[in-house]
Amino acid sequence: MEITAIAVTDLTKIYGNRAALSHGTFEVPKGSVCGFVGPNGSGKTTTIRMLLGLIKPSGGSASVLGESINHPEKYLPRVGAMIEGPAFYPALSGRENLKVLAELGGFPLSRVDDLLAKVDLADRGSSKFKTYSLGMKQRLGIAAALLPNPELLILDEPTNGLDPSGIQEVRGIIRDLANNGTTVFVSSHILSELEMIAEYLVMLREGKVIFSGLTQELLSAQKPMIIATPEYEVDLTNLASKIQEAGYQVTVVGASLHIDAPKESSAEINRMAFDTGITLSSISVDLPTLEETFFEMTGDNK
Amino acid sequence: MIRVVLAELRKLRRPSLLLGTIATVGGLSALFTSIVFLMINSENGNTKRGESIGPSELSQSLGLVYGFRLVGVFLGIVSLCIFASQTAQEYSLGTLRNLLVRQPSRMKILAGKFIAMKLFALVMVLFAGALSIAISYALSGRAKVDTTAWGTSAAMHLLFESTLNIFISTLSFGAFGMILGLLLRSPISAIAVGVLWNLILENILAALINSTGKWLPGVNFANIGEGGNIDLSYKHSLAITAGYLIIGGAVAAILFKRRDVAN
Repeated sequence: MEITAIAVTDLTKIYGNRAALSHGTFEVPKGSVCGFVGPNGSGKTTTIRMLLGLIKPSGGSASVLGESINHPEKYLPRVGAMIEGPAFYPALSGRENLKVLAELGGFPLSRVDDLLAKVDLADRGSSKFKTYSLGMKQRLGIAAALLPNPELLILDEPTNGLDPSGIQEVRGIIRDLANNGTTVFVSSHILSELEMIAEYLVMLREGKVIFSGLTQELLSAQKPMIIATPEYEVDLTNLASKIQEAGYQVTVVGASLHIDAPKESSAEINRMAFDTGITLSSISVDLPTLEETFFEMTGDNK
Repeated sequence: MIRVVLAELRKLRRPSLLLGTIATVGGLSALFTSIVFLMINSENGNTKRGESIGPSELSQSLGLVYGFRLVGVFLGIVSLCIFASQTAQEYSLGTLRNLLVRQPSRMKILAGKFIAMKLFALVMVLFAGALSIAISYALSGRAKVDTTAWGTSAAMHLLFESTLNIFISTLSFGAFGMILGLLLRSPISAIAVGVLWNLILENILAALINSTGKWLPGVNFANIGEGGNIDLSYKHSLAITAGYLIIGGAVAAILFKRRDVAN
């Protein structure tokens, strides 16, 4: 049985003299939620388009659900996708737009109303697409992607334009699908969201894959930090020197000390403070977030 | 393929397009047929290029389809606009990527679209024909045109032949529009180029260089609708039209199949 939903080897797309994706290699395990991240123009959408057979690669190979991307007709009936935002016919209603795609894909029309309800558009299904807000358009795009009851769902920026509750709903939908065994490959700029749902990550920078693997693996490879806050601010300097003497790097940030140290050192730091007669009002371990890791790895922290 | 046709028909039967087309086609058909009968004795003429046709000619079986034949070329232009916009909008709206994800065979998409638009064009032609005939009967008394010959088998044969010719002509204009839509990928550009070429540039070209007339696409598409004329035979127009559409269609189909969908 195939264990990867997407397998990409040396995939390359060149436009003129610019490589939109250069020798990209990564795998997305079946049944996982995989985040696809990278700064704008890093090649995410190009990669997704190649996986969906919309553009032809300049080199390399890839397979989706065990089938080569040279034969998209073999796997696309089992794939749902929303690429670069929702694109529909403005003069048709949301319901009619979904029916066009359901008819085209040979899916039962009865699914349309169920999906409209799932994305909370049941009461606006008869309204023309052009009257929808950005969030509603995005939700309709997600409904369209779910039409085939997909084994693999590819979503490109699905939370663009959604309000916090909409983002939460999309997260819920993705989690439900993942729990039912659907593989979800999702690109997003909201890295805090991805951190919550994606157990795998593929990270791109300037057309190159700079990381692919478990999210936890990526985060744990980054330097953790201990944040210690003395009860009285006057003790900051004294405590900082004590910790520095023990060989740690310390930075004073406001009324706290940021200490580059693994979480195992927190007890030692607490003891040092106690021995110096300083009471700590709090001590915590701060693991780097995906966002911080992303900025560090991509250098895209403007 | 049938799935593509059904999906396409769903788009084509949206009220704004369907009612708008019916209103346009109905208006044109009513206008041209009414002019033939209401201006029957006018010095300015009652048919194309200021020419006249009188009650005695209209009393023959030709009278049944005369107005319908006049509107044929305009049905072609309407069809060109619809085919061009329906094709090019998939690029401008970005919906082509949705279609190709749900139906990866690009040739099936193209063929399905053409078949659906063909059906739409057929409805348009039949409606224009039925309305024109109804108006012809309604105005025949006022124009003192005897309609006895309109019920003969010769008139029925002429009606069938005219409908078929106008349908082929309308499809040719439509296919021309579809090719422009695929090449230009913008509804406005495709419609503008198609209409300008057929209604203005071809006339200028034909006026400047007389011999070019019989080789121009629009002239030949329109000539099929009229069933041919003394200067340009029906068979010649069919052959030229087939040539244009086969070459243009092949180029557009190859581009559609190979071009990356990057918008």
